[in-house]
Amino acid sequence: MAHQQPEQYVSDFDTVEAAVEDPERIVLEMDGVTKDYGQEVAVEDLSLSVKDGELLTLLGPSGCGKTTTLRLLAGLERPTDGSISIAGETVTGEGGDAFRQPDQRDVGIVFQDYALFPHLSVAENVAFGLTDHDEAGTEQRVDELLDLVDLTDHHDKMPSNLSGGQQQRVALARSLAPEPDVLLLDEPFSNLDVRLRVEMREEVRKILKRAGVTAISVTHDQEEALSISDRVAIMNDGTVEQVGDPATVFQNPESRFVASFLGQASFLSGRVTEDGVETALGTFPLERLNGSVEAYDGATVGVLVRPDDLRATPTNESTADGYVVHRQYNGPSFVYRVELHSGDVVHCMHNHVETFDAGEPVEVDLVADHQLAWYPAE
Amino acid sequence: MKVRERVAAVRTRALDDESTAVGRGLTLLSAAVAAALVVPLGWLVVDVFGLGSRALSLTVAPQTLQVLVRSVALVGAVTTGSVVVGVPLAVLTVQGDLPFGRFWTVVAALPLAIPSYLGAFAAVSAFGPRGALADVLSPLGVEQIPTIYGFVGATVVLTLYTYPYVFLTTRASLLSLDGSLVEAARTLNASRWEAFRRVTLPQILPGITAGALLVALYTLSDFGTPNIMRVEVFTQFIYARYNAFMRDYAALLSLELFAVTAVVLALESRVGADDSGAYGSSGNRGAFDLDLGLWRYPAALLPALVGLVAILLPIAIFGIWFLRSGPGYASGSMAFSWSYGLNSVYVALLAAAGAVLVAVPIGLRSATSDSRLASLADRAPYVGYAAPGIVLAIALVSFSLDVLPALYKTLPLLVFAYVVRFMPQAIGSIRTSRLQVDTGLVEAARVLGRSRASTFRSVTLPLVLPGIATGAALVFLTTMKELPATLILRPLRFDTLVTYIWRVQEAGLYGAAAVPALVLVVVSGLSMAVILAQEQRTD
Repeated sequence: MAHQQPEQYVSDFDTVEAAVEDPERIVLEMDGVTKDYGQEVAVEDLSLSVKDGELLTLLGPSGCGKTTTLRLLAGLERPTDGSISIAGETVTGEGGDAFRQPDQRDVGIVFQDYALFPHLSVAENVAFGLTDHDEAGTEQRVDELLDLVDLTDHHDKMPSNLSGGQQQRVALARSLAPEPDVLLLDEPFSNLDVRLRVEMREEVRKILKRAGVTAISVTHDQEEALSISDRVAIMNDGTVEQVGDPATVFQNPESRFVASFLGQASFLSGRVTEDGVETALGTFPLERLNGSVEAYDGATVGVLVRPDDLRATPTNESTADGYVVHRQYNGPSFVYRVELHSGDVVHCMHNHVETFDAGEPVEVDLVADHQLAWYPAE
Repeated sequence: MKVRERVAAVRTRALDDESTAVGRGLTLLSAAVAAALVVPLGWLVVDVFGLGSRALSLTVAPQTLQVLVRSVALVGAVTTGSVVVGVPLAVLTVQGDLPFGRFWTVVAALPLAIPSYLGAFAAVSAFGPRGALADVLSPLGVEQIPTIYGFVGATVVLTLYTYPYVFLTTRASLLSLDGSLVEAARTLNASRWEAFRRVTLPQILPGITAGALLVALYTLSDFGTPNIMRVEVFTQFIYARYNAFMRDYAALLSLELFAVTAVVLALESRVGADDSGAYGSSGNRGAFDLDLGLWRYPAALLPALVGLVAILLPIAIFGIWFLRSGPGYASGSMAFSWSYGLNSVYVALLAAAGAVLVAVPIGLRSATSDSRLASLADRAPYVGYAAPGIVLAIALVSFSLDVLPALYKTLPLLVFAYVVRFMPQAIGSIRTSRLQVDTGLVEAARVLGRSRASTFRSVTLPLVLPGIATGAALVFLTTMKELPATLILRPLRFDTLVTYIWRVQEAGLYGAAAVPALVLVVVSGLSMAVILAQEQRTD
């Protein structure tokens, strides 16, 4: 896993702009939405709004309620409480009132397994939701969409004869055909192999932007979320912990959970004094920490350090900060786990040719050139 | 054969290679056994040739054609009825979230266990001219009630006892239906009904068709119901011609019935082959629930009603007759004797033993071999299973009279008929349990130094034994309730529970049949339990 500077992701985004009239218009609004199944609470008091043409990703570990949220939006589940409005119309009112069935709201969904109708051809699948058009209109719209997803040649094929990536594009075309106000994508890339996944991410983002559709996708893959989204919402235990553009969320995680979910995070414990933060790797000036830390004078904090923030150098016993205890080989890079004398465990990333032995004494240096996020001690 | 089974067969075969002599011997044996079972059926053809030129004129005689048309009409009506009853019940129990859903599923499947002739008998004895309803109504001045006999009555009774075929196959395909397909349709602005029509229905159509064809097969070959309800379809007509000593004509009709059956079977095997694509679907998230709201309570009345009529009605009727059976209900030669029950058990035991004896080599062999001869030997026994009971019985009568008169109406011939008809059940369960024996176990035993024979004795056989027992139990129980072959092939003055019921219902002495009928209901329930237990093990 290559951990580059977050800024680099941003530059890819600027290539395609969503074709929408008013990028500030709120298309989707969830307010205090709760869903429980008896004892178990899947989604709790969730509020979120999405703007026109925006691509928002719900990111979180399995069981955090992200798929349930999607199903609530589609009308496949009824919320226990809260309200949802899409394009200015309430589709679920306070207390579960005014619930609109899935066919009564303009929402499209791309399922994890695509759910292509196996008894219908590619064109028939795409045409499925086009009930308002006449025959010629339907045919024209199908052609438009197959052109959009670059599958014109596969018009009459059956879904079982398509590759995984092609099936996904058909599913995308099918859900875009009736021009939904909001498009939902449920783990859209999880059924593709790794190579294709990266390729399809860009492809899908391009298609969504060209169509100018407001989209919400769900994933547990942080790389995918960070790379395709305009905004990311990190979910945990049925609630949103943080929403923001990918770079901000990655660089300034608001909670330990968000921090530990993004990247391979370690926490370096340090004591805040007037002179700086005293850690096992030395004392850093307070300016290196982001946000104001003065109120924590004398307290212990955890400073977020990722593998690319640290470097290990072999040394002798007397000057060592700790010992190498584990090595993770990722191909292009090694990530070494170092147990510091203080008891903290940190990770350092190195080029794939820099090999250290287990138990080797090392000195660890902070090489990050950005401010570090920190959290009050647990 | 599923792919996994095929792979297992190949692996096992590889292990058996060193002993091809033994293997070939077994294959030849099973082929010979199969041939011995099938040849008598061929005697029908000889009989028909005996008719000479009359064969053609009889075939196109208006009477024969009427029988053909009526049979096809009954099959059509019952099949339609079964689809109309079975499909909604399947949808309700799978997607309807009914209160006590599992219970209603079992209730809706249960009529399958009861032979339809018992249902027909119960219906006639309840609603017939001298039945329970007439008894209740006559003091009230009601002299005439609409007749239960005839085409409509037979259609209703047969539908009630055969719709579970459609119910079960439809259920299976609904359960394997990918729920997200329906959700996808719903988010594409299809209403509930539209999603059902455009997505669910095309997906479960193969399942419905498979069930409908099973219903057609059952209706075509059912002997008891048309006879009791007096509908002149093939089985009824053949029996009547046979009783009128028109053996050749009966043979001709039997052959014709067999041909019609073969057509349905051919259709069925084609649908069976097509299933694979429609059934499997990846990423199955389970069936999509119909949100019935409070409607699910009244909806549960549907399976309740069907269960009530099909299961409780016969039991109640037999119960009433049983409680009321005082003097005057049956006497003399018509009196019930428990020796009939012993006779039933006796022939059923012989049939089970015979079937297992033949089925073990065939079943074990067919699980481990796919040579052409073996697969032919594997399939041949199913000819006996597919042939309607009356056809087999008429064939055996002809065969014994023409070739081995000493066997005519003897126990050995009767048991032979049972073995031919029901052995495939034993083969099936033995084969299944053999396939479930992990090849690794056999390999382990061989590597641990055991000989082939010793491995078979100490590893394979103990593991296959439950399958053999299940097979034997199934043959035993189905023999207990078999009607046409027993009726035609039994020795003189030899009565079983089934033939006794037949005699007293023909005489209209319903009360006398209460005890044996109740016993048969219990036997039927037991055979269902055996099948369910087997399926549970297989899962």
